[in-house]
Amino acid sequence: MLLGILGMNSLDCTPATNSLIRSEADSQRTLYPYVTGTSVVGIKYKDGILLAADMGGSYGSTLRYKSVERLKPVGKHSLIGASGEISDFQEIMRYLDDLILSDNMWDDGNSLGPKEVHNYLTRVMYNRRNKFNPLWNSLVLGGVKNGQKYLGTVNMIGVHYEDNHVATGFGNHLALPLLRDEWHENLTFEEGVILLEKCMRVLLYRDRSAVNKLQVLFSLCGIHTSRLLGNCCTV
Amino acid sequence: MFRNQYDTDVTTWSPAGRLFQVEYAMEAVKQGSAAIGLRSKSHVVLACVNKANSELSSHQKKIFKVDDHVGVAIAGLTADGRVLSRYMRNECINYFYTYESQLPVGRLVVQLADKAQVCTQRSWKRPYGVGLLVGGLDESGAHLYYNCPSGNYFEYQAFAIGSRSQAAKTYLERKFVSFMASSRENLIKDALFALRETLQGEKLTSSACTIAVVGVGEAFHILDQETVQALINEFEIAGEEAAAPDQAGVDEPSAADDQAAPVDQSAAPMDM
Repeated sequence: MLLGILGMNSLDCTPATNSLIRSEADSQRTLYPYVTGTSVVGIKYKDGILLAADMGGSYGSTLRYKSVERLKPVGKHSLIGASGEISDFQEIMRYLDDLILSDNMWDDGNSLGPKEVHNYLTRVMYNRRNKFNPLWNSLVLGGVKNGQKYLGTVNMIGVHYEDNHVATGFGNHLALPLLRDEWHENLTFEEGVILLEKCMRVLLYRDRSAVNKLQVLFSLCGIHTSRLLGNCCTV
Repeated sequence: MFRNQYDTDVTTWSPAGRLFQVEYAMEAVKQGSAAIGLRSKSHVVLACVNKANSELSSHQKKIFKVDDHVGVAIAGLTADGRVLSRYMRNECINYFYTYESQLPVGRLVVQLADKAQVCTQRSWKRPYGVGLLVGGLDESGAHLYYNCPSGNYFEYQAFAIGSRSQAAKTYLERKFVSFMASSRENLIKDALFALRETLQGEKLTSSACTIAVVGVGEAFHILDQETVQALINEFEIAGEEAAAPDQAGVDEPSAADDQAAPVDQSAAPMDM
């Protein structure tokens, strides 16, 4: 993932593009990420959604922070998981907190569900990308509303889609193949956790930025989001 | 209502605590031709009288589709109504673009009401001279709201606005208890009957009225003329027989039906 990011730095700066992307004001737009989180993995299971991510915040190749919460609940119905620049994730959480607050202030029995939050984030990410000042994240957004399960992802360039299982970063290469083989509609909660644990173990083996402390959130049909913190030892 | 020294500006209170300009705006709604709305648990029906100025001209458009799940019927200054409909359509589209889900009707009417309130508190503006019956669907079911030029809004089971709306309201007051559980067809039937009440004995024809429906699984749409005429024919036959037992059981004089002389439409050209 880091290799991919470094590759993007070779932007050709002709005078024409300079004025378009404000190179003299480069300090005011994101050029590279600094403190980053690695993969997030999410699946739908029988009763709702499961999200897993480790709790690491890397500073380049240093595994600097080891208790970073990269999964958070959003409003009554949704969960968000982020990989990429942690400070941009914190900014996104501020946007979402404002959004949910405004939604609650209507006080009218309507509430924003995961689909709405996902779409809102897509608009935000895509608009920032168009201004050449991206929020350097890949996000997983899942939740349950009125019995309907929803799981989607959106990344820093605004690419977004929904699926039964999604992942970011290395999770795309290491976790998704496992999920494609072993995921099915009627996973119980326990089966889901075991499946995610399998993915996270592979990621711990093979991803240099992974740490051995996990966070898992789940969202149930008809119930507020709850979360459990898991601690897995090195193998 | 008579002229007085406190009624020139919308930003001038009267000593009795009234804003006369706002009340005059509400008068404009009463001059428009009737619009009626009713709702059940799953459907909303909007109906209105559509008299053309002359035989040569087309009918004034009084019902606007705002989105698949919301529509509005207006009474009063149609130009103001058109502008507000455009605002509502914009809000719905923008919400869908951001959230990919439909703007809840309850929020749309609050935004509309707040927009109307602004015009009651600026010296360089005037209140909108149009009343809107907003019918729509959201997660919690079917809703009917009335938006006033004053910036107030209310939710209704059934309501009528415009000229001779009192006759329709009286009819609706008799029947509204049954509306929540009503079928779609019965709801439309009741709308047609209520509409007929406002015509004071004139014959109800599909060329003089417009009916629109929105419901669960049914996008907002205006019924075409043949459908409406067929419904009228169906109900008129039943209607004459039903009217007699109805009147017998109630002390309210449906004298409107007995009057022979139809009232003249001496409305100002801008009002419909």
